[in-house]
Amino acid sequence: MKIRSADALESIRREALKALSVREEANSSVLESASGLDKGTPHMEILCCGGTGCKASESSKIVDNFNQALAAHGIADKVKVIVPGCFGFCEKGPIVKIVPDNTFYTSVRPEDVEEIVVSHIIGGERVERLLYTDPGSGKRISDSKHMNFYRKQMRIALRNCGFIDPENILDYIARDGYKALADSLQRDSLEVLADIKASGLRGRGGAGFPTGVKWEIARKFNAPHKYVVCNADEGDPGAFMDRSIMEGDPNSVIEAMMICGYCINANHGLIYIRAEYPLAVHRLQVAIAQAREYGLLGENILGTGFSFDIEIRYGAGAFVCGEETALIHSMEGKRGEPTLKPPFPAEAGYFGNPTNVNNVETLANVPVILTKGPAWFSSIGTEKSKGTKVFALAGKINNVGLIEVPMGTTLREIIYDVGGGVKNGKKFKAVQTGGPSGGCLTEKHLDIPIDYESLAAAGSMMGSGGMIVMDEDDCMVSVAKFFLEFTVGESCGKCTPCRIGNKRMLEILERITDGRGTMEDIDKLENLAKVIKDTALCGLGQTSPNPVLSTLANFREEYEEHVKDHVCRAHKCKALLTYAIDPVLCKGCSACARGCPAEAITGEVRKPFSINPDKCIRCGMCISRCKFGAIKVY
Amino acid sequence: MSEFKLSCEAAREVEEICEKFHNDPGELISILHETQSKLGYLPEPVQRIIAGKLGIAPQKVYGVVTFYSFFTMTPKGRIPISVCLGTACYVRGADKLLEEFKRVLNIDVGETTPDGKFSLDCLRCVGACGLAPVATVGDKVYGRLNPSDIKKIVAEYAD
Ligand SMILES: Cc1cc2nc3c(=O)[nH]c(=O)nc-3n(C[C@H](O)[C@H](O)[C@H](O)COP(=O)(O)O)c2cc1C
Ligand code: SF4
Ligand code: SF4
Ligand code: FES
Ligand code: FES
Repeated sequence: MKIRSADALESIRREALKALSVREEANSSVLESASGLDKGTPHMEILCCGGTGCKASESSKIVDNFNQALAAHGIADKVKVIVPGCFGFCEKGPIVKIVPDNTFYTSVRPEDVEEIVVSHIIGGERVERLLYTDPGSGKRISDSKHMNFYRKQMRIALRNCGFIDPENILDYIARDGYKALADSLQRDSLEVLADIKASGLRGRGGAGFPTGVKWEIARKFNAPHKYVVCNADEGDPGAFMDRSIMEGDPNSVIEAMMICGYCINANHGLIYIRAEYPLAVHRLQVAIAQAREYGLLGENILGTGFSFDIEIRYGAGAFVCGEETALIHSMEGKRGEPTLKPPFPAEAGYFGNPTNVNNVETLANVPVILTKGPAWFSSIGTEKSKGTKVFALAGKINNVGLIEVPMGTTLREIIYDVGGGVKNGKKFKAVQTGGPSGGCLTEKHLDIPIDYESLAAAGSMMGSGGMIVMDEDDCMVSVAKFFLEFTVGESCGKCTPCRIGNKRMLEILERITDGRGTMEDIDKLENLAKVIKDTALCGLGQTSPNPVLSTLANFREEYEEHVKDHVCRAHKCKALLTYAIDPVLCKGCSACARGCPAEAITGEVRKPFSINPDKCIRCGMCISRCKFGAIKVY
Repeated sequence: MSEFKLSCEAAREVEEICEKFHNDPGELISILHETQSKLGYLPEPVQRIIAGKLGIAPQKVYGVVTFYSFFTMTPKGRIPISVCLGTACYVRGADKLLEEFKRVLNIDVGETTPDGKFSLDCLRCVGACGLAPVATVGDKVYGRLNPSDIKKIVAEYAD
């Protein structure tokens, strides 16, 4: 059924809203007591997280079990099972949310389903043991609105994730979806563009270029074929913001691409997505098919004469393809090597045609900026960075997950309030933002309000939103080496500083972590890093030394300890470890000796054993075998 | 590589994939994706067929295949195992998992067990960072792993 006008869209929205009203009302109210069919609640909904994290812990089985249980109890007509995208609280997944009472169940197992149905859905009694327990107060919390994890968040780009059914375009329409498009098509495109500019939205893909200005430039180049490209390559390993948006709210990206097309006079859309994201690909395909079916994509959209269509292009696992010129070459079927700018894609991009490239999260902000107005958006955030930023919070943190906070939130608030602090009560050491292109920030940076400028000034960068927390057990030299191994593997090889320079840097780091480094090596590392930064051709090479430079700036003493004292204080660098048996604690049980693959441990039963350091391969096996904690590492 | 014999049927299949994409060199990557998902890998004779159909040099196809880590020229095991080495998994000890997989399977990264059953690879972020460290075995994702779990997991796939 094609929607042929803005009015028709509005009446479909009103109709669709009825189906969503239970959820909408639940969202804005707080019901202290649980609902249940036997208590007179007419309709209930069960939201089972369908994000990648929860799917990995059997959330699909949970969905099946719910459907079976509802049928078995004869209540399938009163209770609907919905599979939205990531709720963000992946740490305690699979997440199941019950509407209308907003009960937020965590770590649900397929076996728990029957109990939830009988006691909660039918009986109106919450299953207490599956509620989240606040680590501070020890109290169980039933409504996620009261959880610290959600309290400081502000969900704009993620507004629909964990709420709507991403495979049902009507859910999206009910929440003002495609309204921004309908309104825009009735306005002069320059006015729409002015709104985007006035909002202060900046690119979320890393560089933070003002989106309105980018569109304005792209608009200037006239050509019969112009392209709007959505960069969904998300190369930062350990980041899943863009993936979650596409999995949880694919229509927002599609709508934004069309609005961009209208503003810059382009009629073709391309989404470049990693083939490693099968679920996001599927959700996009479904959304595109539904949008076409409703006439929201294709010819003469909403009867306005504007036409736009979208195709999906697949990446094949190359980090450099996130760089826009490389991405364009990859879409043309070539090796994804970057080329020098200018010409910028806005002038000569996909097959030489004017092309505008935006990141997924950037685009997801666009429709809501237009429906709520640029003034609303620019009232959020800091002076130069408006709105919110989505981060994939991971590593040694209690609440691993997907979070969205206003620009200007401090790292301390993110790590301690939203993130719930460092895991296992360990001491915070560093937080890495910006992935392999970014840097490590430390204790002394925890109170700066984060935005593009402040992170850069602190020696890191916003990047696309990966945020990895590290504790006292992480060796900063090894972390730098980890990122450099990544960039060496991903360098496309086109320019020398990046291809050879990074390799040399990696060799130096390997020497240091092997205990063969010299103080000179540290200086060499620093010089090399600066040269690569200044001379590499593309953003990959220009930013690849950042992890080294920032760890050198903040943890130089750790580098020096590795070199001078042959000590790795985090006990990560194998070559620098010495295993020894504490003769007082050793009971002479021989468990370690029997487990040692190198036959490095000798001794007589019931007398203290000892380790021959020349034979020991530092595998750590003996530690796990000794029941008396007698094996020590120095 | 040269011992690979392409059955007529497989060759026909590759040609059909090319035709589906109108033999358009701009669609090379899509063609390679589809071919790999059909055949499991992209050996040289297959690359030659594709080059022929698209009217481009075989070196060009080879250049693209080797550029992207997703494409492989060696067959994977029947049960491919991948250990996530994304940052979130790395800081939660993924390197130890990888060592243990290597030890248990007695193969290195990129290799396949002699019986063709398991192959071992690394990948960067499965999107389940909340469960770090993570490994995938076949289509299944295993999270919150300890090196001591590995033996058990491999044993689950005993014939
Ligand atoms: C090495 C490298 C990798 C990049 N990877 C990504 C990526 O994965 N996703 C992304 O959106 N932008 C990435 N970018 C930035 C893009 O080149 C481009 O600036 C961005 O897609 C523009 O969109 P925005 O203005 O909406 O941020 C990368 C840049 C470089 C240099
Ligand atoms: S900086 Fe690295 S990735 Fe970029 S063009 Fe040079 S070699 Fe290629
Ligand atoms: S660390 Fe490994 S090699 Fe060294 S003594 Fe212990 S078990 Fe043996
Ligand atoms: S994937 Fe379920 S909460 Fe993130
Ligand atoms: S880093 Fe391993 S799943 Fe994300």
